[in-house]
Amino acid sequence: MQSGVFHTTYGKDMALQQSSWQKWRLGLVLAALLIFPFVADNSQLYLANTIAIAAIGAIGLNILVGFTGQISLGQGAFLGVGAYASALFTGRLFELFGGTGGTPFLVSILLAALFTALVGTLFGLPSLRLKGLYLAIATLAAQQIIIWIITHTPKLTGGESFSLRPTLLFGLNMNQNGDFRFYWLLIPIAILVTLAATNLFRTRVGRSFVAVRDRDIAAEVMGINLFRTKLLAFAVSSFFVGLAGALLAHYRLVISPDRFEIGTSISFLAMIIIGGMGSIAGSIYGAAFITLLPALIESLGRQVSNIYPNIDTMLPYIQQGAFGLVIILFLIFEPEGLAKVWHNIKNYFNLWPFSY
Amino acid sequence: MPNFLPLLITGLMNGAIYALVALGFVLIYKATDVINFAQGELLLVGVYVTFALVAETGFPLRPWPWPLAIAAALAVAVGLGVLIERLVLRPLIGEPIISVIMVTIGLSQLLRAIVAAFFGTSQRAFPPIFPSHVIELFGTRITADRLWALGIAGLLLLLLSLFFRFSTTGIAMRAAADDQQAALSMGISIKRVFAIAWSIAAVVATIGGLLVANNNGGINTSLGNIGLLVFPVVILGGLDSIPGAIIGGIIIGMIESFSAGYLNVKLGLEGLESVLPYVLLIIILMIRPYGLFGREIIERV
Repeated sequence: MQSGVFHTTYGKDMALQQSSWQKWRLGLVLAALLIFPFVADNSQLYLANTIAIAAIGAIGLNILVGFTGQISLGQGAFLGVGAYASALFTGRLFELFGGTGGTPFLVSILLAALFTALVGTLFGLPSLRLKGLYLAIATLAAQQIIIWIITHTPKLTGGESFSLRPTLLFGLNMNQNGDFRFYWLLIPIAILVTLAATNLFRTRVGRSFVAVRDRDIAAEVMGINLFRTKLLAFAVSSFFVGLAGALLAHYRLVISPDRFEIGTSISFLAMIIIGGMGSIAGSIYGAAFITLLPALIESLGRQVSNIYPNIDTMLPYIQQGAFGLVIILFLIFEPEGLAKVWHNIKNYFNLWPFSY
Repeated sequence: MPNFLPLLITGLMNGAIYALVALGFVLIYKATDVINFAQGELLLVGVYVTFALVAETGFPLRPWPWPLAIAAALAVAVGLGVLIERLVLRPLIGEPIISVIMVTIGLSQLLRAIVAAFFGTSQRAFPPIFPSHVIELFGTRITADRLWALGIAGLLLLLLSLFFRFSTTGIAMRAAADDQQAALSMGISIKRVFAIAWSIAAVVATIGGLLVANNNGGINTSLGNIGLLVFPVVILGGLDSIPGAIIGGIIIGMIESFSAGYLNVKLGLEGLESVLPYVLLIIILMIRPYGLFGREIIERV
């Protein structure tokens, strides 16, 4: 019996799935994902889709904050940039110039993600001079400025709210029975993003991100172009966040600026803190946790509603309070998040009987 | 220039209030190296405690007279400050900056939820603290409560400046901010300094919040958003500078007031005053990140 995971070839050492257990687990997860839409009701599918979108955004944010060490409080606004950009590409932009057409759905979400990457790079420019809390404050300002622009260009963004046309994918109306149809679109995209991000950190570029996080001056001495690396991190991160925003817009069909306020930035940061900074899997755990927490509290509240009849009015505050409390407790007791918790559990069994 | 004087006084008054709230922020940053995103929520708690004592129906012994209610709210603020420092921030000493930022954000969500759970999020009428008769001043008409607010904020800023300049505790706090180890070896209790910093921050935030509530005549939970406006103020003045917070606050207050009064009409852009401070913030960060009076940090390898 072996205690721990050992490799005898380089190929095995570099494999994404290091043990047969992990392959089994991956198979099980995939099988569950395939069966889920046939056994779940619409509200459960809605939660799953929301988690998938949140996971894409959280992975994007984690690339920037967890892997490159650049704190950003502006992810909510970048999500909004992606959402509005894609909404514009599929229709409104053409209407403004008297046309009626629009780019196909898949093209417009890609264009939106690229556009968000561009905006993200622009607001990443201060990162050359600013570090740590100064950068956090700069991105906070970016958040406020972007939302202000969105609310003050009603011709482009519809001001208060914006209704999209139904999403057509190869002639199929995705929003008809939307929770079910979007599931089959969102889960594969989320898997692709996960795979892309995991592999990113096995490349030269990804490693340079990590080097910048660990000690930027040392990284520069080792020949990493700091300016290019930081901007690239902002671009890659914003690309994924913009993609998440675009998908959100087409899934919900109605978007408004208040969905992309500072609160959204905070919940994305909470996802990566609770999931685990600098962990791709952690981003997904965190996205699931933060999405499920309010739903869980709501269902708990419904169960005790006959004992506390006015619990309904209190629910939003309980949800917000629990959200804040969870962030504080995780930071104090498990700063490395759910990914670390899972890692500890795994290690315990892996190293058994020497798991001290 | 029509409306010049009223706009000037509004700007000065708002600026003085921002300066008060920012002062608490700077104090915490200087003494404990913590960026406090919950400053606006400290303000919220203080204002709502006062409100509960003065106006909330069903509270025992209501209504409390103003001085007593404010004194009680300030006592709560002191306790809250000490409690936060002890329970939330002390376990995070030495943790990365993102953790410290996030823990104060989590704290702000929690405090806001608690206030909303007790009082709801809807607008509540806030009884006036000061008389609000109209005064004729240099040919314009101004209500007296604005002058009161300006006077109190100004007086408090002066008192705090004197406190840091001359009192033993104030000097100890400056010493601790400057070099913790040196301060420790001189017999200064860092723990006490941290607790005092959080308490003063909560107290000045409460007073600032009461002045805002008095001017608006009503309160709701979005009052806590003043906490975000602190950032342009402290970046402009310099994150670790007390005079910087005062001057930064007044400049931001003026910019808001005058852009609302003149620029919006000229440029036809409504709500420009809410975004200008942040544009200014980015510009300052690009040109002079340590602000007008902040200390430039030189990184050594």
